Amino acid sequence: MKVNEVPQNKGMITDDLREICYAVDENGSYILAKSAGWEPKNIANDQAWSLIEEEISQTVKKIKAGKLSPLAFHMAKNQMNVSLLSKYVGFNRLRVKLHLKPSVFRKLKPSILKRYGRIFDIEVEELLKIPGLE
Amino acid sequence: MQINFSHRQSAHCESGVSSNLLLHYGVNISEAMAFGIGGGLFFGYLPFLKVNKLPLTTYRCEVGGIFKRLTKRLGVDVHWQKFKDPEKAMSAMDRKLAEGVPVACRTGAYWLPYFPPAFRFHFNMHNLVVFGKNGHGYLISDPVFPEPVHCSEKDLLKARFAEGPLAPKGTMYYLTRVPEQMDLPGAIVKGIKGVCRRMLKTPGPFMGIRGIRFLANQFEKWPRKLGKRKASLYVGQVIRMQEEIGTGGGGFRFMYSAFLQEAGGVLKEDRLMEISEKMTSAGDRWREFAVIGSRICKNRASPSESYSAMADILRDCAKRETEIFKELWTLLR
Repeated sequence: MKVNEVPQNKGMITDDLREICYAVDENGSYILAKSAGWEPKNIANDQAWSLIEEEISQTVKKIKAGKLSPLAFHMAKNQMNVSLLSKYVGFNRLRVKLHLKPSVFRKLKPSILKRYGRIFDIEVEELLKIPGLE
Repeated sequence: MQINFSHRQSAHCESGVSSNLLLHYGVNISEAMAFGIGGGLFFGYLPFLKVNKLPLTTYRCEVGGIFKRLTKRLGVDVHWQKFKDPEKAMSAMDRKLAEGVPVACRTGAYWLPYFPPAFRFHFNMHNLVVFGKNGHGYLISDPVFPEPVHCSEKDLLKARFAEGPLAPKGTMYYLTRVPEQMDLPGAIVKGIKGVCRRMLKTPGPFMGIRGIRFLANQFEKWPRKLGKRKASLYVGQVIRMQEEIGTGGGGFRFMYSAFLQEAGGVLKEDRLMEISEKMTSAGDRWREFAVIGSRICKNRASPSESYSAMADILRDCAKRETEIFKELWTLLR
């Protein structure tokens, strides 16, 4: 890659941050060039995020249908699955799975809700909320 | 409290941390040099290891390997430590900072609040240097950022104890002794030979040049085997591993070319300059590969920009890199 080919396609980087690319200058020597981003990279990153968003919206649908508890929304929003969440919260996977059931979740003690809240960095009241459902 | 630490932005976190830490002790080694001596370049396609349900592709060696080999080859002593107890991990770091020692940590990028949102994935291999503490938290030299950044104690603790694959478990490391004399040429030769061995001779189909060929064969099967949508997700993941996470472009191939160029100067060996140019061309091919891949992801590929076209580029990369590493091997034998 030559210095004048270093891409400057904003996307993932939205502000004045720049990342380092290695490029060859007119004398054939390598220099560290600043790049605002590259389109193929932005596309691949968008794809990864659309996958996460899809997961979130499907989860929200299931919560509205009464199949999952609001915990599932926060789990998806934080890009976690049952196994990762169970490691963070320190409960075994089965227990986390139970907490994803609306009937079980409704009866959880505040101390347990607090533990989940701490992981997602939110208050307990927020833990009970999901977008579009009060 | 703040240590006088010079922050230099780099492309990749581990090689950047390594080169910045060494500079703090008066050893001025560029990021590319750190990457090359540490033998950072690699390739692996490991379909049985899944990241977010997608197979793992890597363009670099194992996490921590660059720093470990670099310091060993330069004769620098290092202290590594893992922790069970987060409180202890933080106080051990504080003690070292108070002694004036910059401390490198392995962290989960997801929990670092200064990361732009688009980069916030559960990725547990992010290295940074902590070099100060004040009332609001820690001062951090994060090598992929232009300037030093700031992070609260709560967030840094979370990042150091991120969970999931390759959990850092509070890993911290720092330099304990830097020798007066270093054998830089010797370290460079070892670094290059190590990469040659790993690229040319790693057994099994998944790693080294064989891994690139293996991925090429897989590419041709994906559309039929996985269906259009899933295949494009697989492609996207490969591109992300190649370009997204601080590789300096072309899956570290450009950074390695920069290293070969610098190495040519140190060893006074012009052939290394020629080989560096070849590596640059290989890197350019990897970039072409990513361009086509992104068009496939976006459903905008022309008929010629197909999975088999991508596989052909991969085979070409494999061929070029085989020649490069064989040449390097004979040159330095």
